[in-house]
Amino acid sequence: MPGKLKAKIVAGRHLPVMDRASDLTDAFVEVKFGNTTFKTDVYPKSLNPQWNSEWFKFEVDDEDLQDEPLQITVLDHDTYSANDAIGKVYIDIDPLLYSEAASVISGWFPIYDTIHGIRGEINVLVKVELFNDLNRFRQSSCGVKFFCTTSIPKGYRAAIVHGFVEELVVNEDPEYQWIDRIRTPRASNEARQRLIFLMSGELQRKIGLKVLEMGGNAVVGYLQCFDLEGESGLVVRAIGTACTLEKLSSGSGTHTHPNTAPASNACNSPSKDGKEPVFGEDLPSSSGPSTPFRALPTSSSSPPPFSPSKPCSRQSSSSDTDLSLTPKTGMGSGSMGKDAGPLKTLLRQQTQTALEQRQEFPFFTLTSFPSGFLLHVGGVVSARSVKLLDRIHNPALGNTRSYKLLDWNSVTADEPETRDAWWEEIRQEIKSHAKALGCHAVVGYSESTSICEEVCILSASGTAAILNPRYMREGCLDLGGSDQRWFEDPSPSSCGFCHIPYDELNMPFPAQLTYCFHCRRQKVPDVLFTTIDLPSDAAIAGKGCFIQARLCRLKKKGQGEANATAISNQLPFMEYELHTQLMNKLKLRSMNALFGLSIQISVGENMLLGLASATGVYLTALPAPGGIQIAGKTPGDLNTEQHILNIQKRINDTIAKNKEFYEVNPPKLFALDPEVFCGTNVDLTEEVVGSPIPEPRLRSRLFRSHSESSDELSELDLSHGKKDAFVLEVDDTDAVEDIQSLLTDASPPKGFYSCNTETMPGIYNWTSALQMFTSVRVLRLSNANLSNQALNKVFTDLCENLLKSFYFKLRSMIPCCLSHLVFSVAVPEEDLIQVAVTAVAMTFDKDQTQDKPAEKPITKGCSEAEDQLQFSLELCTDSSSINSQSSSKNSAAKLNQNQLIVVRSAGVPESSHLSTRAASVDYGSFADRCSTWLELLRLKAHTIRRGSVKTSRRTQSLAHSVSSLEHSSPLTDGRSRSLRSSRSFGGSSVSVVKMTPLSFLPGTRIVKYVGIINMFFIRETTSLREEGGVSGFLHSFVAEVFAMVRAHVAALGGNAVVSYSMKDCVLMENPNKNQCQCLINVSGDAVIYIRETDQEVTGSTANIRLSCTSSADGAT
Amino acid sequence: MAVELDVFVGNTIIMSEEVYQLWLDGYTVNDAVKVRMEGGVLDEFDAKADVVLSDTMDQYRTFQMCERLLHSPTKLANQLLFQIPPHRQATLIERYYAFDDVFVREVLGKKLSKGTKKDLDDISAKTGVMLKSCRRQFDNFKRVFKVVEELKGPLVENIRQHFLLSDKLARDYAAIVFFANNRFETGKRKLQYLTFQDLAFCAGQLINNWTVGAVDNMVEDMDVDLDKEFLQELKELKVLITDKDLLDQHKSLVCTALRGKTKAFNEMEANFKNLSRGLVNIATKLTNTKDVRDFFIDLVEKFIEPCRSDHWTAADMKLYLTHYTNSAHILDTFKHQVVWDRYMGVIKSCIFKMYHD
Repeated sequence: MPGKLKAKIVAGRHLPVMDRASDLTDAFVEVKFGNTTFKTDVYPKSLNPQWNSEWFKFEVDDEDLQDEPLQITVLDHDTYSANDAIGKVYIDIDPLLYSEAASVISGWFPIYDTIHGIRGEINVLVKVELFNDLNRFRQSSCGVKFFCTTSIPKGYRAAIVHGFVEELVVNEDPEYQWIDRIRTPRASNEARQRLIFLMSGELQRKIGLKVLEMGGNAVVGYLQCFDLEGESGLVVRAIGTACTLEKLSSGSGTHTHPNTAPASNACNSPSKDGKEPVFGEDLPSSSGPSTPFRALPTSSSSPPPFSPSKPCSRQSSSSDTDLSLTPKTGMGSGSMGKDAGPLKTLLRQQTQTALEQRQEFPFFTLTSFPSGFLLHVGGVVSARSVKLLDRIHNPALGNTRSYKLLDWNSVTADEPETRDAWWEEIRQEIKSHAKALGCHAVVGYSESTSICEEVCILSASGTAAILNPRYMREGCLDLGGSDQRWFEDPSPSSCGFCHIPYDELNMPFPAQLTYCFHCRRQKVPDVLFTTIDLPSDAAIAGKGCFIQARLCRLKKKGQGEANATAISNQLPFMEYELHTQLMNKLKLRSMNALFGLSIQISVGENMLLGLASATGVYLTALPAPGGIQIAGKTPGDLNTEQHILNIQKRINDTIAKNKEFYEVNPPKLFALDPEVFCGTNVDLTEEVVGSPIPEPRLRSRLFRSHSESSDELSELDLSHGKKDAFVLEVDDTDAVEDIQSLLTDASPPKGFYSCNTETMPGIYNWTSALQMFTSVRVLRLSNANLSNQALNKVFTDLCENLLKSFYFKLRSMIPCCLSHLVFSVAVPEEDLIQVAVTAVAMTFDKDQTQDKPAEKPITKGCSEAEDQLQFSLELCTDSSSINSQSSSKNSAAKLNQNQLIVVRSAGVPESSHLSTRAASVDYGSFADRCSTWLELLRLKAHTIRRGSVKTSRRTQSLAHSVSSLEHSSPLTDGRSRSLRSSRSFGGSSVSVVKMTPLSFLPGTRIVKYVGIINMFFIRETTSLREEGGVSGFLHSFVAEVFAMVRAHVAALGGNAVVSYSMKDCVLMENPNKNQCQCLINVSGDAVIYIRETDQEVTGSTANIRLSCTSSADGAT
Repeated sequence: MAVELDVFVGNTIIMSEEVYQLWLDGYTVNDAVKVRMEGGVLDEFDAKADVVLSDTMDQYRTFQMCERLLHSPTKLANQLLFQIPPHRQATLIERYYAFDDVFVREVLGKKLSKGTKKDLDDISAKTGVMLKSCRRQFDNFKRVFKVVEELKGPLVENIRQHFLLSDKLARDYAAIVFFANNRFETGKRKLQYLTFQDLAFCAGQLINNWTVGAVDNMVEDMDVDLDKEFLQELKELKVLITDKDLLDQHKSLVCTALRGKTKAFNEMEANFKNLSRGLVNIATKLTNTKDVRDFFIDLVEKFIEPCRSDHWTAADMKLYLTHYTNSAHILDTFKHQVVWDRYMGVIKSCIFKMYHD
């Protein structure tokens, strides 16, 4: 009995009125864990009950502690009829199970009801006393930390990266059980929520066990997903990267011994149950040409129609399981000696078999790595497979401990195929693609599914790479003999990852190779696609750019196998077209690399949607991209010629415009890098260094896929030649439309940048204002008989309009960047397209974009300056925390009278070379002089056109400096005003919780990770119209989800969520019945951050000085 | 291609004050979009109508969800649903409880009942304030009235604490509550020239000097009900007009003081008895609820109108009332100095405020 869970119910507030007669509520609380339930007394006739209960104690296994949530139900006592439920709170107690995270959960939680939403709040205290259990056969894995963050968490060092961990659990979906016909929607939703809580707890525990076996202590890049397979069940699956993390502050000298893994027989993951026979309904899986170095189509059954003619010696079929088991080289193990010590060899033999099984997949869910970790990147590898769903055979059938809800008789366990086997197959394929690219590992790996009725598309993608084995646990990577050269010849980190990992004489696909523009020692490809973040030390020119390819394809409605085959046949064409679009758009922005590429293919009843998002960037190590050339198929026609010329001109103009917008200016960068390019100008460089390897076909052609005939297949390679080799042929109207759509992709408005990666390439000086948001849009196709083209247009417009909408809504944050834009598309019903986006808008300091991150000036402001913002970005009661740099250029230029009063009242000493701390100065005496001086500036700012950055920026920094000074002079009007307002709200017990999908918060330092947040909510309504339609319903639900996440984080003692993501947003509506149901799954890491105050002080002082001098200039 | 669903939710509340004002003013979403488009600010951003529409919809929904919380502003600070920065909370509340002077002028002194609410469409048509906005404002008055009705302690302070309003707005609400409670008649044609601010000022004077709260600050309704004892005592002032000697003495004292100081002296002298009778009669009748309601109309009819027809300037008025009040102290047979001061202090400042065109 290794754990004691204690819970105390303190109080409630804002409860709903449950008794119409008295307008009050007689509330009491049930606290349930596992099978034990406690109740508080009834607190009669109050909407703000004070239960102040005793400590309810649960004595439980640590296994249960991991699996089960603490369930708190608030009810209204009713003497005569059944007690009415007000709502529930599920508390995941996992964060209390490891020593470094939270020690107590305490705070106000929203009371949530699946029908009514949030109904008041409850204050709860939860503690866990854990006893050490040394049983080596234990089933629990308490103590393993989980992180959603896809990089090594801040404040930690990765001593060893053990590798890929995966697990999935399956169950019946309570929504589809027979009992659902007779129970209330509420009961059904609650059963589902509870089941998913249990399943994800179990999943986490099982993954934790695997990590412990590997000798790790943490999972990084933990990605958990739900597959709602309808009739056939519910799958919860997760992947992650097992690591041994060491805390940085607590002396890195402590030696963590990795080899605590028990014997290999403990390793009982279903995925290792051995290979299954080939399955009956297994359909040809397709592999996408997701990189210029196309991933090799390796599906054993039937190759995609346009597979390259070129055979590849290294290619092996995906069913080949022996791939990873190549013997380890001396080099690999030699570098391990330091970490593992002499014990290693001994243990190695012991665990040899276990390792071989475990390290089957050298995959890493991380997207950014410590410097030196990533040696070379090959390109994107991806695999998809279409499956027909059937009743799930649950391998864990014997283990019925947690599933009292289930009616096991209904499970037909005669189907041998498991989801594990499906994924195993896909992973094998990915691995063989990586192999073909000469890589031994896959980084930035992720898996996803799209389900429509009984058809399921499984997708996996990642980036083939060669990693430095120094960080790796031995056996984790399979180091082929020839690969040794990479470790002997360390390339410069700024370009090393671009160097090709494959053999240039035996290339897996045709590609243009040149010598690296940086070091001139190694070959680089002309274009590089990856799924990871831009390495922090990569050399780039200009800024990054969000690039999206969208595709919508009609599909005949079908059933069963025929339907699946049809989908499967479409997939390669879709991937191909998406790829072409990406390539065109990349060229149009004159960039040569994509990071964070994610290609999503969603299946609906009558259409397939493809959405590829990535962040384009210009890598200076790679050759400059060629332009796009338009060619007519039938030369001679004067009209066409003219038309083509026009288009060509527009394309060239767009390229030039984009170059300017994204500041892609490579020559300048060469000049900045004299080490490599001393005295060489660009042209010369290209002549001497970048001379391409001869390529027979300089002009690659792009064909409309439907006009393709089989004998043209050989032309469909995706390599692109050097400059001007990229030709678009205008042969029919479709192509014209294509080009049009290429050109209509609006670039973001001035002052906005966007990307889907963690950090925006080219922007380093973030200021601290941020606004995380979720947006969902559903479009109903009114016209059922749309052509593919029209459909494409609709879908493209949908995505473009969403982006435009974001820019508009967030315009007051300019200059600002939308980071980590994650789009997810779905086809919830016939004729419906759903796009959900989660991203964060972050402000940055425009004028100092060239600064190195280390020198970033983080400046302070105060809440008064914040008034200028159209909406606020920060929520801090202490005025010092708000950064007035966030105020946009525009709003600063438009200081209205009111704001001016504030500024005036503050006053600035004209000769102010004082630090902000000099509070003793009587600022009031300067006020008059300064106000006229400020007014002058204001007028100036008014008269100067919007575009003039310099002046308005000056005004802005001035306003900023004023407000920061004002912060230190308590006598002024503005200050006293803010004092009053903070007094009237000072009693607020709601602490601010920031949320971001990124792994960091600009201007702050994360000091502690307090636990993983992984929550699943269902909301249903039977009064859709009354709640404002679907939009109103979803709006409040999303707001409620945010509120519950924030409450849980705050209760853990955290003040922010990083790596936040909304995994699922499944919306089902039935407006005719006035009903709607929505499921949302979110996750993230709860953290405690502190502001980087030291830097801030110096930063703001410097900035004031700067702004004062500059504004003095302005006044004269 | 119909947009079936379109939402945008930020972790921190996203709102623009412009849209909030449009919402408060009762604009429909489509009208608000029109106003925003015409406003031209959006041209800068090359915003299309659909983008503005989507943004307006999102904000309107947010405001609608916040409205419930705004009904009890103290909840706004510790609710969990929306993350709202403190200064933003203050703006939300202050603007929500702000009202149109033209509108409030119409309902001032009326019973805050369902009956009045039914008349709101007429008021809306008359004042040009949209019906939706009228309803909001009316409900605000009613809500504040209901909450402070049963509270002890100073009215303004209660309103400020329960509704987190600024001092100015809290005082205005106190006036509205005071008017509604005492049902002062303000709607007569003769009173139409008075603005809400005039009346609110008078209400402030009455609250501070004539209510129970002016003497005892821990009673229920202390600032809402007039001090009954005081009103009773006011009857004693009758002596100023019933006692012929006293009246003459008073007149001569005032006239001596005023002689040569104003052009309107002759009119003052001629009208003294009338005016004095008017003021004292108002005082003595205040025990009667009906006459309390007519307080303002009486002031105008019995005092302000005669003076105006004689073309007194504001300075004349000031001079006259100052001497009129002070001279009463010199009357040796007049024993009710305290009551007189308490009465005249308020009357004086009310008349000063009300004496304009």
